[in-house]
Amino acid sequence: MIALVDYGAGNLTSVRKALAFIGAEFWTPAEPSELARASGVIVPGVGHFDSTAALDAPWREAIHAALARSVPLLGICVGLQWLFEGSTEAPGVPGLGVIPGVCSRLGDDSPGPRQVLKVPHVGWNSLSFPRPTRLFDGIPEGTQVYFTHSYAAPVVPATAAITTYGVAFSAAVEDGLVSGVQFHPEKSGNAGLRILRNWLGSV
Amino acid sequence: MLSKRIIACLDVRDGRVVKGINFEGLREAGDPAELARRYNVEGIDEIVILDVTATLESRQARANTIAAVAHEIFLPLCVGGGIRTEDDAAAAIEAGADKVSLNTAALQNPSLITTLASRYGSQAVVVAIDARRQDGRFAVYVRSGQAETPRGAVDWARESADRGAGEILLTSIDRDGTKSGFDCELTAAVSSAVNIPVIASGGAGTFEHFAEVFAEGLADAALAASIFHFNEHSVEALKEFLSARGIPVRLAANAGEPENHADPFHRPATRAHRPARPG
Repeated sequence: MIALVDYGAGNLTSVRKALAFIGAEFWTPAEPSELARASGVIVPGVGHFDSTAALDAPWREAIHAALARSVPLLGICVGLQWLFEGSTEAPGVPGLGVIPGVCSRLGDDSPGPRQVLKVPHVGWNSLSFPRPTRLFDGIPEGTQVYFTHSYAAPVVPATAAITTYGVAFSAAVEDGLVSGVQFHPEKSGNAGLRILRNWLGSV
Repeated sequence: MLSKRIIACLDVRDGRVVKGINFEGLREAGDPAELARRYNVEGIDEIVILDVTATLESRQARANTIAAVAHEIFLPLCVGGGIRTEDDAAAAIEAGADKVSLNTAALQNPSLITTLASRYGSQAVVVAIDARRQDGRFAVYVRSGQAETPRGAVDWARESADRGAGEILLTSIDRDGTKSGFDCELTAAVSSAVNIPVIASGGAGTFEHFAEVFAEGLADAALAASIFHFNEHSVEALKEFLSARGIPVRLAANAGEPENHADPFHRPATRAHRPARPG
């Protein structure tokens, strides 16, 4: 049973629909203690990094405890960013910190005139894979997925997919039990569903 | 590289897709869910549902259409037409919309843009601008193109972006349904004035028109309705044309999981069983 953590950051209808479509059994835990019965944990999210402040100490402890029990964790969009140490979008709000690095605004380091790079980064962009991973099994290099975000995670050793928009950023991470995708697999057509299925296969 | 998006617009009245010319003279084009299913198979990047008679339709009817379309696709879905309040937006989003498009209501009450952007994020808030060339400017119209406002399209797009809009859906009333090409001047003027994506709409008639609006109009996405509805052109053929012109698009061959690509979501429709009659 997958725990789909709803901390009030946006709308989970699309994620629920995609999980149901691929045959995942899931529920939305009302409190952190319910994670004790999760076989997998998904932390979704759209919008501001600030909203992850709702994932307070009890939630963080429950998620760390789940990882300690070898329960896989998937972060989606802001949920991926939250796996890192934090984001310059909300400097006072710590991330889970299971992946070293800090997220920052797209476009800050981009060469050329600033106005050329529109932020947010909205639309379909391609993935390149620095190494083979479970998450992208069967997904060809160059596959396009749907993004909508203004902040992004740096490329780090845990990076499983790289996308370039002004700068190269982590479109996905995978490090043992911890996975995350910056794009929206639930809105990325067949490719997105395959990626969700790949993750579900690890649960 | 970020692809230019091809968006299909479903103008819906009373639960059916319709399409007019210059915002008038609607003719019927089919069932929204069936069209969405076809476009998904053909490789559409996004779908917009515009409830063109929202004032007459209940919020529930709109929610039913949204849910039926959302059931067919795992793609971004935007809903506009009759989104006047925070509650209207919430109902559309709960029914399965990823974004809502504000038009008349945003001009009457610009703070609604900020309210919705704070609640759902800027990515969920599209401001739709209907513009008409008039005395050397691009005048903004509201109420489905019926009422002129003193605002100019460029100025209103800038303000919308500043207030938290995540995208601009820009329609040329002059070109709507005419198939004479997008208004590239209008699109370029708005697109270069704001730092958020601009979706060009109104006038698509040929593949060449799409190439023009991306190259000359600086559009980030292009939206069309009738060119796709009446089977005049497939989305796939359009994308192949654009790709050959060097315009980055998402090609079906590149969409992953090719073994399922022929008809990935075409499951038998689940219908409620008729209650068994005793005896």
